[in-house]
Amino acid sequence: MNNLLALIPALPLAGFLILSLTGRHLPKSIIAGIGAGSVSAAALITIFIGMQFLQSPPTGNAYTQTLWQWMQTENFSAGIDLRMDALTLVFVFIITFVGALIHIYSTAFMRHDRDYARFFASMNLFVCSMLLLVMADNLVLMYLGWEGVGLCSFLLIGFWYETPANVAAANKAFYITRIGDTAMAIGLFLLFRELGTLNIPEIMTQAPAHFQPGASNVTWIALLLLAGGMGKSAQLPLQTWLPDAMAGPSPVSALIHAATMVTAGVYLIARMHVVFQLSPVAMAATAAIGAITLFVAGCSAMAQTDIKRILAYSTISQIGYMFLALGVGAWSAGIFHFFTHAFFKALLFLAAGAVIESLHHEHNIFRMGGLKDRMPVVFWTFLAGAAALAALPLISAGFYSKDQILWYAWSAQNGNPMLWLVAIAGALITAFYTTRLMIVVFWGDMKTHIGERPGKAMTIPLMILAVLSIVAGFIEWPHNLVHLSLFSDLVQRYLPETLLQEGHPPEIIFQLVAAAVTLLGVYAGYVLYYKNTSILEQWKASPAMLSLRNFFYKGWGFDDLYDTVFVRPFYFLTRINKSDVFDLLNKGIATTSQRLNEWFSFSQNGSLRWYVVGVLIGIIFVLGLQIWG
Amino acid sequence: MPFNPQAVLIVAAILFVLGLVGVLTRKNIIFILVSVEIMLNAAGLAFVAAGARWGQPDGQVMFLFILAMAASEVSVGLALVMQTHRQHKTLDVQELRELRDKTEEYSSI
Amino acid sequence: MNVLFYLSSAIAIAATIMVITRYKPIHALLYLVVSFMAVAMIFLSLGAPFVAVLEIILYAGAIIVLMIFVVMMLNLGSETAQQEKEWLLPKVWLGPSILSLVLLGEIIYLLLRSGTGNASFIFIDSKKVALSLYGEYIIAVELTGFLLMAGIVGAAHIGKHKKKHLHRFLQEEEVSTKIEVRSTKPEDEKQTKPVAYKP
Repeated sequence: MNNLLALIPALPLAGFLILSLTGRHLPKSIIAGIGAGSVSAAALITIFIGMQFLQSPPTGNAYTQTLWQWMQTENFSAGIDLRMDALTLVFVFIITFVGALIHIYSTAFMRHDRDYARFFASMNLFVCSMLLLVMADNLVLMYLGWEGVGLCSFLLIGFWYETPANVAAANKAFYITRIGDTAMAIGLFLLFRELGTLNIPEIMTQAPAHFQPGASNVTWIALLLLAGGMGKSAQLPLQTWLPDAMAGPSPVSALIHAATMVTAGVYLIARMHVVFQLSPVAMAATAAIGAITLFVAGCSAMAQTDIKRILAYSTISQIGYMFLALGVGAWSAGIFHFFTHAFFKALLFLAAGAVIESLHHEHNIFRMGGLKDRMPVVFWTFLAGAAALAALPLISAGFYSKDQILWYAWSAQNGNPMLWLVAIAGALITAFYTTRLMIVVFWGDMKTHIGERPGKAMTIPLMILAVLSIVAGFIEWPHNLVHLSLFSDLVQRYLPETLLQEGHPPEIIFQLVAAAVTLLGVYAGYVLYYKNTSILEQWKASPAMLSLRNFFYKGWGFDDLYDTVFVRPFYFLTRINKSDVFDLLNKGIATTSQRLNEWFSFSQNGSLRWYVVGVLIGIIFVLGLQIWG
Repeated sequence: MPFNPQAVLIVAAILFVLGLVGVLTRKNIIFILVSVEIMLNAAGLAFVAAGARWGQPDGQVMFLFILAMAASEVSVGLALVMQTHRQHKTLDVQELRELRDKTEEYSSI
Repeated sequence: MNVLFYLSSAIAIAATIMVITRYKPIHALLYLVVSFMAVAMIFLSLGAPFVAVLEIILYAGAIIVLMIFVVMMLNLGSETAQQEKEWLLPKVWLGPSILSLVLLGEIIYLLLRSGTGNASFIFIDSKKVALSLYGEYIIAVELTGFLLMAGIVGAAHIGKHKKKHLHRFLQEEEVSTKIEVRSTKPEDEKQTKPVAYKP
C-alpha cells in the first residue's frame, strides 16, 4: 500500500517527461492518451488507496513512504518523503479525479491547438507539483511543490503567448504570488529557527510545547504563512492576479485557477492548524481577510461582462468563504467547501469554455443569450453548477458546505455576528450574480451564431461533474436534519473538531435565513434581468449607479491603487536613475581593464633591449629588498 | 696561500655588469651575442671561485655545463643571425619587432 | 698569487670594456680573446688548471673562431663600423649604463656585507673534477650531450639557405592551388595525377 503512494505523483511526472522530450514528434491521439491517461491512472490509484484508507485506517492515520534523502546537514534534513493522511486524501482525490476529468475534456477542447504536447506537458507537470505540495511530509518539499504549481500557472496563463496581454497576465500572476511566496519562505525560516525542524508531524507535536499561546513569535510565523496562502489563493490584498489569469485556456482556469492551485492557501492553513491555533491574532486575521475578500470579490463579480472574469471573481469570493471558515475554527467546514467548490467551479469553467468555443471565442455574456434550447447539455450542467454556486437549498452541494460556514461564522469559537453578516451579504450577492449570469447567457435572444458543438469528450466530464455538484453535499448533512457526517469524520482524523460558543441561537434559524437570502438573491436577479429590465435601464441613466458599476467592474480599483502606490513611484525612480548609478561600477571595471591594457600594450613593443631593461629593473628591485628589507 | 673570495666575486660581478651594459647599449645582434658570452663567462667565474672557496670540484663541473650551454647557444644564435641578415638585410634588433602588440592595427580593421 | 690575480683581473676588466665599446666587430672579438685568456689566468690563480685550459680551448678557441667566421661570411667591414658609430650615442648608452651601475653597486654592497674575509686556498686537480663529473653528475652530462646535439641540429636547420620562407601549411596551399590550375587543362591530367605533394 505504501509503495503505491509514490506512483500518484510519479505518473504525471512521467507523462510530463515523455511529452516534453518527445511530444513534438508524436501524433495528437498519443499525446492525448499519455496526458490524460497518466492523470486518470493516478486517479484510479488514489481511489484504490482511499478505499483501503477508509476501510482499515493505518496506524497513525497516515500512510507514509520515504523515497530518498534530499538534503542533509548537521542539524537539518529534508527527504523526499510522502505522507497520506485524511486531509491529503481529500486534496489528492480532488486533484487527480477532477484533474483527470479536465484532462479528458482538454483532449477535445485543445484539439485544434498547435502546441498540443506543450499544453499536456505543462498540465501534467502541474498535477505532479500539486500532488507533491499536498503529499509532502516536510515543508521544504511542500515549498518545492508550491513553487512548481506557481511555475505551471505562469506557463499556462501565458500559454497563448503570441498575444502580449496574455504574457502580461502571466507575469502579473507570477509577480504577485511571488510576494506571498517570499513571505511564506520567511515564515518557514522563522519556524525552523524556533523549532529546528520542518517535518510536519514533528511540528505538530513540538509546537504546542514550544510556543506560548499568543506569543509574538508564533503570531509572526502564522501571519507570514497566511500571507503565503493569501498570495496563492488570491485573497485581499493580493487578489488582483486571478481575474487576469483567465487569459489562459478554459481547462487551465478550471483546474488551476478554480479547483486546485488557488486552494493551496487553504491547504497550508489547514495543514499548519496547530500553529494557527496558538495565535488568536492570526486566526482573527484569517477570518477577517476571508470575510472582506468574499464581499469585495462578490461585488466585483456583479459588474463583470466577461463570463470567465465573473467566475474568477466568484472563485476569489468562494475561497474567501473557506478562509473565513478556517479563521473561525471551523476546519472541516472549510475543507468541505473546498471539496464541493472544486466540483461545481470546475464544472462552471468547463461549461463556460464549451460555450465560449461554440460561440467563436466570444467572452462577453451580453453577446451570448438564448442558448437554453440550442445547447441543452451545456445548459443543464451549467445550471447544476450555478445552483451549487448560488447554494440553492437542499438540492445543491454548495448549500450544504456554505450553510455550515454561515452557521459557524456566528457560532464557532472565534465567530461573531459581524462575520456572519458579511458572509450572508456575500451569499445574497452570489445568488444574484449567478442568476444574472444564467439568465443573460441562456435565456433571451440568440446574439451570436453557434459554430461547432461540443463533442462527447467534452460533455461527459461535464455531466459527471454536474452529478457530483448535486450529490457531493449529501455526505455531510446539517446536524439538526440528518445525522450523517461522513466528511467531517474523515478529515477530523487530522484536523481538530469545531468548537462551538456557549449560548448560540439554534441552527435552524440560520438555515432558514440563508435559504431565504439565497432565494431573495435569485429573485432579485430574475426581476432585474428577465421580468422587469426597465429598472436596469433607469439605473444605467443615473450617474451615481453608473460610477458604482464602473467601480465594481474594475474590481474596486485595486489595480489602479497598486499602480499609483507601487508602479508609478518605481517608474519615477527608474526615470531619475536613468544613467544607472550601479552600472557605473560595472562599467568602471571594464573601462579600467581596457585602459590598463592600452597602457601595458605600450610596454610590449617588440624591442629586445626594452625587455632586458625590464628584467634589470626587476633584479635591482629584488636585490634592493635584500639590502633594505 | 691566502685567498679572498670576495675579490673574485667582485671581479665576476664587474664582468657580468659589463656584459649587461653591452646587451643594453648595442643594437647589433653580433655584439649582443658577444655580450651574452661575457655574462656567461662571468657566471662561470663565480662558480669556480665558489668551488675553490669550499674546496669542492662541483664549481668546476658547473663551469663545464655552462661551457657546453654557451657553445650550443652560440651555434644556434649565429645560425639565427645569418638567417636574419639574409631575410631582413639588417642586424639591428630595433628593426626586428614582429612580436610586438598590434592591438591598434587590429582595432583599426 | 695575489699579484697574478689582481693583474689578470685588471686585464680582464679592461679588455671587456674594450669589447663592448668597439665599433668594428672583429676588433671586439679580438679583445674578447684577451678577456677570456685573462679569465683563464684567474682560474689558474684559483687553483683550477683544468677549467683554465678549457676556457682557452673552447671559449677563446672554438666559440670565438665561430663568431669570426660569421663576421667574415656576413662581410661586416667598415660599413658596419660607421653604422655602429651612429648607433652608439650617449643618449643610447647613458641610461642603461647608470641602471647597470646601480645593480653593480648593490651586488658589491651585498658581497662586502656578508664577507667572511680570507679563506685557505685548496688546489683542485682534473682528476677530482673527472670523478665528480662521471660520478654524481653523470645524468647531467648525458643531458648536456642532448643539448649539444639539439644545438647542432638546430643550427644546421636554421642556417639552411632557403629561398622563400613560408610556413609549410601555406606552402601546401600554394602547391594545391597550382595543381588545381593545372588539372583544368586536360592534356596535363596524366602527369599531374600521380604527383603528390612532398614537403
